[in-house]
Amino acid sequence: MSGAMEQVAQQVLERARTAASAVVDPELPVLTLADLGVLRDVTLDDDGVVAVAITPTYSGCPAMATMRDDLVRGLAAAGIEARVRVVLDPAWTTDWITPSGRAALAAAGISPPGPAPRRTGPVPLRLGPPRRAVRCPLCGSADVEVTSEFGSTACKALYRCRVCREPFDHVKEI
Amino acid sequence: MPVRTHEPDEHDNAYAELLTDDARWAFGTDFTDPLAGVDTTVPDGVDPATLATYCLMLGDDALVLSQRLAQWCSNAPDLEEDIAFANIALDLLGQARLLLARAAAADPGQVPALPAGSPVPDEDRLAFFRDGPQVRNVRLAEIDDGDFAQAVVRVLLFSAWRLELFTDLVRSRDAVLAAVAAKGVKELTYHRDFAGRWFVVLARGTAESRRRLVAGLEAVWPYRDELFATHGVERAAAQAGVGVDPAGVEARVEAVLDQALGAAGLERPDVRPRSGVQGKAGRDGRHTEALSLLLAEMQSVARAHPEGRW
Repeated sequence: MSGAMEQVAQQVLERARTAASAVVDPELPVLTLADLGVLRDVTLDDDGVVAVAITPTYSGCPAMATMRDDLVRGLAAAGIEARVRVVLDPAWTTDWITPSGRAALAAAGISPPGPAPRRTGPVPLRLGPPRRAVRCPLCGSADVEVTSEFGSTACKALYRCRVCREPFDHVKEI
Repeated sequence: MPVRTHEPDEHDNAYAELLTDDARWAFGTDFTDPLAGVDTTVPDGVDPATLATYCLMLGDDALVLSQRLAQWCSNAPDLEEDIAFANIALDLLGQARLLLARAAAADPGQVPALPAGSPVPDEDRLAFFRDGPQVRNVRLAEIDDGDFAQAVVRVLLFSAWRLELFTDLVRSRDAVLAAVAAKGVKELTYHRDFAGRWFVVLARGTAESRRRLVAGLEAVWPYRDELFATHGVERAAAQAGVGVDPAGVEARVEAVLDQALGAAGLERPDVRPRSGVQGKAGRDGRHTEALSLLLAEMQSVARAHPEGRW
């Protein structure tokens, strides 16, 4: 590739990255896919088409197709043709949610996840109630209780604050 | 009164908008290849048919139990458990999609043929167009739930077993299987802990909840041995370095189940294993009657419209 062509390619890539970074999560629209850690890479394929790599949060995440379409649309709006690929490895972890993503979650009344468990080998069975350092995103109290281990989306559990009595979502650590 | 006549416009057909390619319609039901862009090359020295059949086994376990758990939707004792089973079903359905798609990519010959031009993707052909004898799930996944206590026992046994399989499958030479397992470990851990807690709560709750839990345990336990009976395909997949021999995880699963039984103040049930037919069971496509009813419900719409677009 000539120097000039390479420069053009770099410019396309920069614009593609900017456009892809602006696309929001369909289920948590306060977050961008980049904030969520789902947007893994934006590269240029040999044929000059931009390739966007995304990874699912959970195996059954029903929003993958919508994410793909939103990315293709978002880049098309910026005048860029793109294709979207799935990457499965390494598996998504809530540790990839960016600090600005965590702040956006909290501002929306959703408790951001703590550090994800790190382990290799056999996983111990936990029969006690889940222990998480969760604070109420509305009043800041640590006096909270789980009301449901599963919530409105695969990635969330339901909590209630014992102080301000408000229910809230918590993003589960994985 | 003047008679107002209607000028035809684009809003006359309420369905017209649904027929565009806008993915915002029918949210979440849009079919895409869950392995789009993933390298599905079969590793060197691995028989593609063995790899595909092995993926079908693990995929069918998840597919069938997912369907069973989905039957709890609006039927669970309370809303929280309703949502819990639906979420577990969704995780398992996601695992099933990846595994069936991986099977199809490894050996297209195992994907049922449909009329030329049918838009049905491979994973759906495998899910909806195979009959019971071609479906490879362990029978534990297919039996009826009875009540909530029995459903809890089944999810505990299933997720404890599958979690140990996936813990080892992370080292598969097949990169797709290894990645599916790595993600699955996180999900199954959550399922198992959820079921484990309910197991103890029901056992230590009222006399009635304990009676039901014990009855559920006795109904489910006869299908336990089948989980660890190595099928020829599993043995071949393990020897090729892509699969896990289930016999090898039995001790670890037992330790987990003993921990739950101990916390619940229960013993392992003294019930006879449910035998297969001439030594054949779920992995061979020899199932209980429950599977045929489940498949009939799950597959009827897809089969009625083999050329349908969704």
